[in-house]
Amino acid sequence: MSLIFSHYNYWVVIALMMIGFFVVIAQGNLVKKLVGLNIFQTSVFILYISVGKVSGGSAPILSDSVTAYSNPLPHVLILTAIVVGIATTALGLALVIRIKKAYGTVEEPEIQQQDHSC
Amino acid sequence: MLNHLPILQVIVPLLGAPACLILGRAKLAWVFALLVSTAAFLISCQLLSEVYAQGPLSYELGGWAAPWGIEYRIDLLNGWLLFIVSLSSTVSLVAAQTSISNEIPGEKQLFFYVAWLLCLAGLLGILATGDAFNVFVFLEVSSLSTYTLISLGKQRQALWSAFRYLIMGTIGATFILIGIGFMYMMTGTLNMADLSERLPAASSSYTVFAAYAFVVVGIGLKLAMFPLHFWLPNAYTFAPSIVTAFLAASSTKVAIYLLIRFTYSVFDSDLRSAGLPLPEILIALGMIAVFAGSTVAIYQSNIKRAIAYSSVGQIGYMIVGLGIGGLLGLQATLLHLFNHALMKAALFLSLAAMAFRLGSTQLKDLYGLGQRMPITAFSFVVGGLSLIGVPLTVGFISKWYLVSAAVADGRWPLALLVVLGSLLAIAYIWRVVEAMYFKPSEEGSPKGEAPLMMLLPLWVLIAANLYFGIDTRIPLAITADAARSLLEVVQ
Amino acid sequence: MATAIGIVLSRDLLAVVMLTGIYGFLSASFFVLMDAVDVAFTEAAVGSGISPLLMLLTIALVGRYEAVPAANKALPALILVVITGALLIMGTLDMPAFGDANAPAHTHVAPRYIEVSGEEIGIPNIVTSVLASYRGFDTFGEVLVIFTAGVGVLSLLTLRPLPANPSVDGAHGHRVLRIVSKILIPPILIFALYVQFHGDYGPGGGFQAGVIFAAAIILYTMFFGVDLARRVVSSSVLRILAATGALLYGSVGVVSMLNGGNFLDYSVLAESATAGQHIGIIVIELGVGITVAAVMMLIFYCFVSQVRPAPEGEK
Repeated sequence: MSLIFSHYNYWVVIALMMIGFFVVIAQGNLVKKLVGLNIFQTSVFILYISVGKVSGGSAPILSDSVTAYSNPLPHVLILTAIVVGIATTALGLALVIRIKKAYGTVEEPEIQQQDHSC
Repeated sequence: MLNHLPILQVIVPLLGAPACLILGRAKLAWVFALLVSTAAFLISCQLLSEVYAQGPLSYELGGWAAPWGIEYRIDLLNGWLLFIVSLSSTVSLVAAQTSISNEIPGEKQLFFYVAWLLCLAGLLGILATGDAFNVFVFLEVSSLSTYTLISLGKQRQALWSAFRYLIMGTIGATFILIGIGFMYMMTGTLNMADLSERLPAASSSYTVFAAYAFVVVGIGLKLAMFPLHFWLPNAYTFAPSIVTAFLAASSTKVAIYLLIRFTYSVFDSDLRSAGLPLPEILIALGMIAVFAGSTVAIYQSNIKRAIAYSSVGQIGYMIVGLGIGGLLGLQATLLHLFNHALMKAALFLSLAAMAFRLGSTQLKDLYGLGQRMPITAFSFVVGGLSLIGVPLTVGFISKWYLVSAAVADGRWPLALLVVLGSLLAIAYIWRVVEAMYFKPSEEGSPKGEAPLMMLLPLWVLIAANLYFGIDTRIPLAITADAARSLLEVVQ
Repeated sequence: MATAIGIVLSRDLLAVVMLTGIYGFLSASFFVLMDAVDVAFTEAAVGSGISPLLMLLTIALVGRYEAVPAANKALPALILVVITGALLIMGTLDMPAFGDANAPAHTHVAPRYIEVSGEEIGIPNIVTSVLASYRGFDTFGEVLVIFTAGVGVLSLLTLRPLPANPSVDGAHGHRVLRIVSKILIPPILIFALYVQFHGDYGPGGGFQAGVIFAAAIILYTMFFGVDLARRVVSSSVLRILAATGALLYGSVGVVSMLNGGNFLDYSVLAESATAGQHIGIIVIELGVGITVAAVMMLIFYCFVSQVRPAPEGEK
């Protein structure tokens, strides 16, 4: 029982992660794939940040009135990862726009069909 | 300045990229990129010789000692790979200007060189760092620039291949991120050396097992390890010719390096011997890759695609070497990393030369090429012989060590299968030879050799294929020591 | 959670993007609860700002409704997802409990940052200390990732040259909006500067400032049209700025090498180590801010120039 209470936070995150992962691999629309990828990544961020939380701690900005801080390291890592995520999204969307121009569609099955027929 | 070499290795191309963008002119950018890449190559030579003579080098970024700061750690293993990657970048860049001049529109060539330098810096950064999270950051630098390079391909399929690679690559990177997060949770550190000290205490936990699983699958996606290879053939086929030569020679090698690094230097041996029969799994996957990749390669009408599929197979050999393990198995893989870079760079450069003249690499367009482009055609033949593993070429050395490793490990059937796999390579190389030398060329098909700037690097590589197939002292000495030091860490 | 499921089910991409924005905003709120104020700030700017904006622009181009998906991929995908999820759950079983102060993550490396960063770096925001100094090289890599994305987008989406007469579009003709925006934009720019230089003390720093700065310009384009904005801040200037930011960051590292330290060792930049750290962090944060703002605006220009109908005589 205690296992459930102490870990449920992680499990919710995993559920979110898997929803995102499912969207990435199962959906045919390219924009939606990128949205799924976004959810997948954001959930991983939440996982990291959850690791950094210390019960009773406060935000890691030094102050005389505070005795316990949450762990700053995961925050730093995730700041970097968020930036990486938006960079990937931007590049992905740019590719989607070009694909639309070249193929006239952004649905995976239709693109593959066109590639096979020519 | 000499003690700064480890960081210079990475920041020279890393700072070179934005500087290149400011230059603004494509031709200037090419000269500049070539200079930067050459500098990186010279640094890697110096580093390799230093590491070989004196043992591992460590460099504390920002002056903060590990594990609080990020550490660069060069040992023989990554010194060897830094050498391979910067070598293949430099050699292919020589030919780049000629090759892309008729594959990429003028206003985009500038971005091509910037992305190239970023890709090089990213790959070198992955290799040099001793910090697990830093690996992720530089993995993304190299991946994003690789997607860009692939998307610059002439046909529209290049866009679709780049997008697919982007999706697969990002999933892979996120998996690696999850794995790193799990490791961090159990140890509180991100430094690889520190991890390897602290992981054993937690090695029986499911969390560490899951961490390893996610890292391996993530790298597997990047590596195009069978059955995660689906993005590779298309990406290699539709990327600009010169990009394919560079990527085939370097980026999968870096992924193999990560796999070796995490398996041997980060996770401890208990994990590998306990849970799963990892060697058997790796050998099985590797052999399937060899046969599946080579068989599909035989049926391709586009030769660039055939050679791309052959890469899936060749990666299989490296995985097999890892699976056999031990001194010989590891050495076989490390040798093949170098040798495969030499032959694939040569083959794809030779295809780039054909694409330059013919505008295509379809088999039917190669008919009679032996008369039309004798030098290029012959270079493809030599590269192909090396790929098959004919004696006096580097390919033979790789196969020899792989077979000996299998025999020494008592795996006779495996040794036989490796030899059988080479027969398949004969089949797809022969098709090209037949087309080039025994089929008449069509009326009015393009004629004439490729420009010197393409033939020069091509023949440097061909010469290296032959030289290191005969005089094997240098690669053998380095790989033997590298393999030994990896195994020592484990014990 | 419900938002995420909504995203899966909806076939209207506009709704999907809106929900993504909400999802980003919810994550940001969650990060505040988890004490990660810096991360929350960034996620709010990215997750419910930049990324939905870019997605909206993309949808404007590629169409709003998606086709009915083929069912054949759903089942294998589901199996794969369940296996991955199971592996993850298995991984969590042996994890330290949520919030446990004695977990290895909180007892090994992090305590040093909390205990001595005040003395070693001399600024209160520990996240900034770690980000800019202890792990400053990661942040350098991050700037290069953004730069790479900028180069990639530029190479994919060609910017059309500016027409001779800037066209009138957006809310250009709407006087009230124009005045409101004129009132709004300067404070946003000042706020960006505040965030840029206040990162040492509170949440904030170069990345967030860069995003806010870019947002101000993007707002401007919405009211005055992108052509006019491109006259104010031209794309070639942005390209050089994007590169300059990254070079500025790198040059701090090179200067510290010339002063006898290691790459990015700010302590050697001034007489005392903390003063050096201070200078180093301010300069690199500035580098981050410049590159991020420039790349964001470039990406925005590229996307917008695709959305708008091409002038006549062009394909």
